[in-house]
Amino acid sequence: MNLHEYQAKALFRDYGLPVSAGIAAGSPDEAVAAAKRLGGERWVCKVQVYAGGRGKAGGVKLVRSLDEVRAFAERWLGQRLVTIQTDAAGQPVSKIFVEEAANIDRELYLGAVVDRASRRVVVMASTEGGVEIEQVAAETPAKILRAAIDPGIGAQPHQGRAMAFALGLVGKQVGQFANIFGNLARLFHERDCALVEINPLVVTGDGDVHCLDAKINVDNNALYRQAELAAQRDPTQEDEREANADEFGLNYVALDGNIGCMVNGAGLAMGTMDLVKLQGGQPANFLDVGGGATEEAVTEAFKIILSDHNVKAVLINIFGGIVSCKTIAEGIIAAVKQVDVQVPVVVRFEGNNAAAGLAALAESGLAIATAASLKDAADKVVAAAGAVS
Amino acid sequence: MSILVDANTVVICQGFTGSQGTLHSEQAIAYGTRLAGGVTPGRGSATHLDRPVFNTVREAVAATGATASVIYVPARLCKDAILEAVDAGLDLVVCITEGIPTLDMLAVKHHIDGTRTRLVGPNCPGVITPGACKIGIMPGDIHLPGNVGVVSRSGTLTYEAVKQTTDKGYGQSTCVGIGGDPIAGSSFVDILALFEADPATEAIVMVGEIGGTAEEEAAEFIGANVTKPVVAYIAGVTAPPGKRMGHAGAIIAGGKGTAAEKYAALEAAGARTVRSLADIGDALGEATGWDAG
Repeated sequence: MNLHEYQAKALFRDYGLPVSAGIAAGSPDEAVAAAKRLGGERWVCKVQVYAGGRGKAGGVKLVRSLDEVRAFAERWLGQRLVTIQTDAAGQPVSKIFVEEAANIDRELYLGAVVDRASRRVVVMASTEGGVEIEQVAAETPAKILRAAIDPGIGAQPHQGRAMAFALGLVGKQVGQFANIFGNLARLFHERDCALVEINPLVVTGDGDVHCLDAKINVDNNALYRQAELAAQRDPTQEDEREANADEFGLNYVALDGNIGCMVNGAGLAMGTMDLVKLQGGQPANFLDVGGGATEEAVTEAFKIILSDHNVKAVLINIFGGIVSCKTIAEGIIAAVKQVDVQVPVVVRFEGNNAAAGLAALAESGLAIATAASLKDAADKVVAAAGAVS
Repeated sequence: MSILVDANTVVICQGFTGSQGTLHSEQAIAYGTRLAGGVTPGRGSATHLDRPVFNTVREAVAATGATASVIYVPARLCKDAILEAVDAGLDLVVCITEGIPTLDMLAVKHHIDGTRTRLVGPNCPGVITPGACKIGIMPGDIHLPGNVGVVSRSGTLTYEAVKQTTDKGYGQSTCVGIGGDPIAGSSFVDILALFEADPATEAIVMVGEIGGTAEEEAAEFIGANVTKPVVAYIAGVTAPPGKRMGHAGAIIAGGKGTAAEKYAALEAAGARTVRSLADIGDALGEATGWDAG
């Protein structure tokens, strides 16, 4: 789960990470009032969406008057922002963040992630602030500094100091950075983060180290113990079908093709998509119905798959382990009747109660094609999708 | 022979009296697994599935002589359950549960390193030595005792690979699901090393997926240390970057962890790779020469 910048910065403040004073606004009047309350003559207005690349897309602006604040708010609130990280429709804007403007002398990068290979939280820093860290990592990996946090003892000040010196920080900045380093690691661990990024971390005109941006992604598996963060979720920023699927215990990811896929198990769901592609088709989605698939979940899965109007055929691939193919078959039959499925459906059952499941489909009298093998299933669905389009 | 578990392995179940623990313990017992009892704190001295229930893992181990444990407790209790099993000195702990916070696993992994305990999982189907010992949620009847070692990050994808090796008549020495989470108790490398050393394993099927670098590390290990034929399949060629594909660990992040990179590494290491999930069995026949015989 992501946090908006204004939410992340509030958390930063709680953890002693230096951020500018700022106020989130939901209307042009609120935005103007926010700027007045902050005082001064220059503010930065930032569109609040779950996506990077806002600056280049016009979603971040330095403004010098209250009229400009109002104009920015009127320009964006209720609109959608399209950036390189969003899809073509963009993300809806329901809040803008009005912040005191800072003077920038240097831009750095600071971030933290769970490093799978070393099984540690790793803090990364770079002198190349403001740009995509992936690009820096790919082109000049030597410019990325890393410090692994020992899960037993946590971040140590010497790690922060070493990083500060390597970044070329001097004087009071070294101590400031070491504090930021330690607090960032503490926040990461205490708030079950998956990713924290400060890009850029800046040195201000006054020579202070300061967090100009804030990006936080929280581990979904830990939301049960991060109630305060979970309450800040903004469902308007998430894909409606994916969120809907999630409610029914389904894992759904939309893709660009025309063959809908319904599979049990995440790995097999990916493998099925790959096979469809390999046999000349284009998968329309990833959908894992999970290990405890019920008739209701299968019906819902059908609805979600068919809500994508590009879908020309559906492939159902079930390897029954815990889940019985017969249960799935009953779900398919109910769904086809209830949802009025107009596209060809190809079913492949294997494992637990596969024969009974296939028999139930045959007895239903519905036009559902069954397949003898995985490859046969993929061939049949690719042919069916091709015949329709 | 086999790896990790055999017909003599005595197993206890943590979360024994819960719905998942009960369902899968019944199936394990029916399969012939020496499941000696289980642990549910506060239910000690009860009997469940004709077997004793204990309050602590330590008590269960003392009474049954178990060397392995399987965990079905809810995700929020798993860190504690795994650490209890480690502190009781078990050789093998298999955690089936999905959805454990990543930082919990980070702490568990940190604690477990240097102990005698090997953790498999979490978020995995478990471990099975066909005809001898089934620990986990996999359907027993698709397995066949044999000489192929199977290691995989995914549950149903493991079943697919297993079925193909069964249909071919080869069977499996042991099948290990290492799980789909970013931080796993055992890695491909850990299990490949065991298969390489196991005389009963003559060939290895490795099923990976996008995300992380576990497959690349496995490739490096295969190139340097594995003499047995390896057939490898990687799921997620069509997965878009930045999207988590069901498993917490299956995500292409920052342009890293793509299937293409993993395939390239495995091919460079001399593994036989297949692009189609349906080709695992046939490729195994070719890579080993068994088809010719």
